[in-house]
Amino acid sequence: MAGTSDPLSPRAKLAVTAGKTAAAVSRAAGRGSGSVIGGRVALKLDPELLARLAQGLDVTLVSATNGKTTTTRLIAEALRAAGPVVSNALGANMPAGITSALADRDDEARFGVIEVDEKYLITVARETDPKCVALLNLSRDQLDRAAETRMLAEHWREGLTGTKAVVVANADDPLVVWAASSSPNVIWVAAGQMWKDDAWSCPSCGGVLQRPGDDWFCGECGFRRPTPSWALSGDQVLDPHGSAWPIHLQLPGRANRANAASSAAVAAVFGVPPHVALERMSHVQAVAGRYDTVQFQGRDLRLLLAKNPAGWLETFSLIDPPPTPVILSVNARSADGTDTSWLWDVDYSRLNGHPIFVLGDRKLDLAVRLEVANQNFQVCQNLDEAVRLAPPGRIEVIANYTAFQDLRRRVGN
Amino acid sequence: MSDSQLRLVWIYPDLLSTYGDQGNALVVERRARQRGLDVARIDVRSDQPVPTSGDIYLIGGGEDRPQRLAAERLRRDGGLERAVGNGAIVFSVCAGYQILGHEFINDLGQREPGLGLLDVVSVRGEGVRCVGDVLADIDPRLGLPPLTGFENHQGVTHVGQGAKPFARVRIGNGNGTGDGTEGAYNETVFGTYMHGPVLARNPHIADHLLKLALDVNALPPVDDRWYEALRQERITAATQPA
Repeated sequence: MAGTSDPLSPRAKLAVTAGKTAAAVSRAAGRGSGSVIGGRVALKLDPELLARLAQGLDVTLVSATNGKTTTTRLIAEALRAAGPVVSNALGANMPAGITSALADRDDEARFGVIEVDEKYLITVARETDPKCVALLNLSRDQLDRAAETRMLAEHWREGLTGTKAVVVANADDPLVVWAASSSPNVIWVAAGQMWKDDAWSCPSCGGVLQRPGDDWFCGECGFRRPTPSWALSGDQVLDPHGSAWPIHLQLPGRANRANAASSAAVAAVFGVPPHVALERMSHVQAVAGRYDTVQFQGRDLRLLLAKNPAGWLETFSLIDPPPTPVILSVNARSADGTDTSWLWDVDYSRLNGHPIFVLGDRKLDLAVRLEVANQNFQVCQNLDEAVRLAPPGRIEVIANYTAFQDLRRRVGN
Repeated sequence: MSDSQLRLVWIYPDLLSTYGDQGNALVVERRARQRGLDVARIDVRSDQPVPTSGDIYLIGGGEDRPQRLAAERLRRDGGLERAVGNGAIVFSVCAGYQILGHEFINDLGQREPGLGLLDVVSVRGEGVRCVGDVLADIDPRLGLPPLTGFENHQGVTHVGQGAKPFARVRIGNGNGTGDGTEGAYNETVFGTYMHGPVLARNPHIADHLLKLALDVNALPPVDDRWYEALRQERITAATQPA
């Protein structure tokens, strides 16, 4: 356990101090939280700092295309039942940000719960010697600059071969199953996945995957859905003993219930029973502003972050029924990916009956998309106009990454 | 199958639908319906035979391994060649464009035979990947306004004598050959590197395909307000990068 020994060498301590100084300077200069710059400075002074900081912690790594920030938060809450936790709760999920978060930990911390960007999972796993790795889903995201989705699964698979960590993986995502099945110790969770369009071809042999009901298998090579020991079933988590535990989340939607199921499986790895884990998860409210309901111009707005087709699909399924007004906002700045073609991969018939208002840098891409989908929509210059035009009732606001940040700034959240 | 007025075939969504190019099928379908046509849209998975009696075939972009698998399965199937023999119109994008040519470089670094429906040969570019907004002038013989799209490819495509370059780039790379050509076409088969999806940004091309398929010179106008607004925005963005 950390705290009983001091794993940090004088060099590492110096690196932590220098990183904190850089972070403080960055904060003072008004450049955000400073966690990334702080981590960069510290890693430069001591490249092995991340490994040193992780020593003595029981580390869990969480990676996915969607849901990693929320799931990291849910797991952290659950594990606090067993001891103090350090976590990169603000979503800085590359090595510098992770280093910074671990450097800020107090000496009592026993568990490290770390969200990791998909590209960096294997690097961070090598540094931190995790006890557990949670793999939730993989789908297309920012294809103008990211690796191909299947190549990412292949990279995970190679990097995890023979790992000592317990891998908690989604049995319903064929790419995740492919990535995890090189690991000796996998706990499969039937967490579901609405988006299927990145896994129609077998990750192993390239054959066409057959998908009857919730099952999937390759007709050619026999690669198939593993038998899960945990499952999400409606509003309940089924544990390996067949017991059903109710999920009471403040976070909406099927995808978050899936995140809770995976989190319960992770918590059990560390001896926290499902009912204890789920009870603690029920206290989690908005995560970095996501799912927050805010007041703006006398109206209630629920802010929903969704960055790619899989995320939009899950989000469309959790909004209030028609005629609830929906605002869609899309940017294509570098943090979002500069290609908006993905908007065409989403099925907008799920928005039938909702009055729709579009804004953001790329509102015209949305306008053409919705025109072709034969939806009723209005193009707005900004949030104020959209809220003014929206009929009564709570407004669901769905935005991609920088559009979401813009909205939070506008509503003062 | 049905005796619809327009049979629109979307080839291999399981392999070649990674970059939003399904939008091309949606745009053609929508614009045909707006003209009162009865449209049958047929999505063909790569374990299904390609129907030979379609009017318009659309093929999209995909990742490297799916591209090889698609080429293998299309060669084995033979339906698309027969459809072109029957006079069908084909519009292809990126990986799909390469597959319609004589050959391309597959994910294993080897030369992979294509379908030979378009006289082009693709190789892998040596330089940086071509990514970004493109503005190009379409071959004036087609009488279409400027082409706007988004490219994201490593491939370089050389256009042979049996095909014509579809457009000349003003901004961006297109075929990546350094001679300013973008895409290729012959009487019935079209190829481009443009995503966006390209027909959402260039509805006149969608109408051009419809006119060829229906063998008419004109179509009733539809409300192009949002398409035009998007076109102007993207053309401005390409010419005045932030």
